[in-house]
Amino acid sequence: MHISEGVLSGPVLASGAVLAAVGIGVGLRRMSVASTPRTAMLSAVFFVGSLIHIPFGPSNVHLILNGIAGILLGWTVFPALAVALFLQALMFQFGGLTVLGVNTVNMALPGVVAYYLFRLVFGIARRPGIVFGLAAILGALTVLLSGLMLTAALALGGRAFLGVAVGIVVAHVPVMIADGLVTGAAALFILKVRPDLLEPSRPEVPT
Amino acid sequence: MSCLAFFAGHSPIHRLDPRMRLVSALCLAIAIALSERLVTLVWALGLGILLAAVARLNLLPLTRRLAHLNAFMLFLWLVLPWSVPGVSVQTAWGFAITREGIRLALEVTMKGNVIVLLLTALVATVDPSRLGCALDRLALPDKLVHLFMLAIRYTDMIHDEYGRLRNAMKARGFQPSFSSHTLRTFGYLVGLLLVRSMERAERVLAAMKCRGFDGRFRALRGFTIRGADVAFAGMALCQVCVWIWLERS
Repeated sequence: MHISEGVLSGPVLASGAVLAAVGIGVGLRRMSVASTPRTAMLSAVFFVGSLIHIPFGPSNVHLILNGIAGILLGWTVFPALAVALFLQALMFQFGGLTVLGVNTVNMALPGVVAYYLFRLVFGIARRPGIVFGLAAILGALTVLLSGLMLTAALALGGRAFLGVAVGIVVAHVPVMIADGLVTGAAALFILKVRPDLLEPSRPEVPT
Repeated sequence: MSCLAFFAGHSPIHRLDPRMRLVSALCLAIAIALSERLVTLVWALGLGILLAAVARLNLLPLTRRLAHLNAFMLFLWLVLPWSVPGVSVQTAWGFAITREGIRLALEVTMKGNVIVLLLTALVATVDPSRLGCALDRLALPDKLVHLFMLAIRYTDMIHDEYGRLRNAMKARGFQPSFSSHTLRTFGYLVGLLLVRSMERAERVLAAMKCRGFDGRFRALRGFTIRGADVAFAGMALCQVCVWIWLERS
């Protein structure tokens, strides 16, 4: 879910950049030097994950995966997704440079919300069925939140993009379903194979 | 990765200092994103095409890039002329097409295309590994730059891994459709990629520690500023100033 270059107004672009900088700052502060490779690796996985297309009707939808990104990374999702989005802008020109801030906030902030909600429930219940359901709901919720924030960013420009924005949100209903189920299954897989990866990142000795 | 189609080349733009190119591109892109007059945008489009020509960009990947962008723009053209309130110029299927709507759609289309041309010519032509160093010299936080450099390296690798897994799925007769089976399968695929990548990250960290990583990457080649670099950045700056003056007048 990207906003392209040239659509948003100056104040929206600027506030997006500032908010993204704050989020990235918080995320970097919480990321130890030792967890840099892990974060970079996840950043790369989300980049590749967005290349997965699922046929839908005559067209297809691609995965966004910011829910599972948030669950695994917490606040570090901000720098991780900022890097992934920058790479996308560089390689494919999805999104772009001036809208990088807005896009980062739109993708990463719902991820942080998902992180806290996941921690809340995962602390009490960790049966496979519950983890699947929880991750599926969070996966769909993050896509919904991203869509709403995108709508808000377009509407804040005050320039009659509301029609377009509503169209985009409607178009994202299948993405919500797809992302939700994929996120649920991915969390279930991790729970079965490496449950320790779902724990909050351990306080590491800085190297 | 095939999408890194632009950085290999020997044009005058490829020889410019990456930092100057980054900063110039950012200033130009911001100025274009904020401009509201068509004359500025037409001028900028000319500049974008000129830079793309000087950088001798590969036409095929460039066309693909622009086609992707303009697919989205087409969607805007289908909505905006009807949804923006203003002076109606014509009525189609019972809805009024407004001049403001057409103007807005035109403006956004031009901005999008110009910025893509500029960034492709100036930034996508930087060797990714040099881009990391350049970002580092531009006073971005160390950790963010390291994240970027490692992500470039691993995107390629994880993309290969993803390709192998998809091949394995295809070999077993997997046909994606919008069904719960497909979504669960893709979920496991993503889960597998995540687990493998995090295990690989542990090994990478061990290897880095083993080589005495102390939180800093060292660039093997430094940057040197030449006359051409200063001249280019100066021209970009003048260009931005002229546009601001055009917008104001």
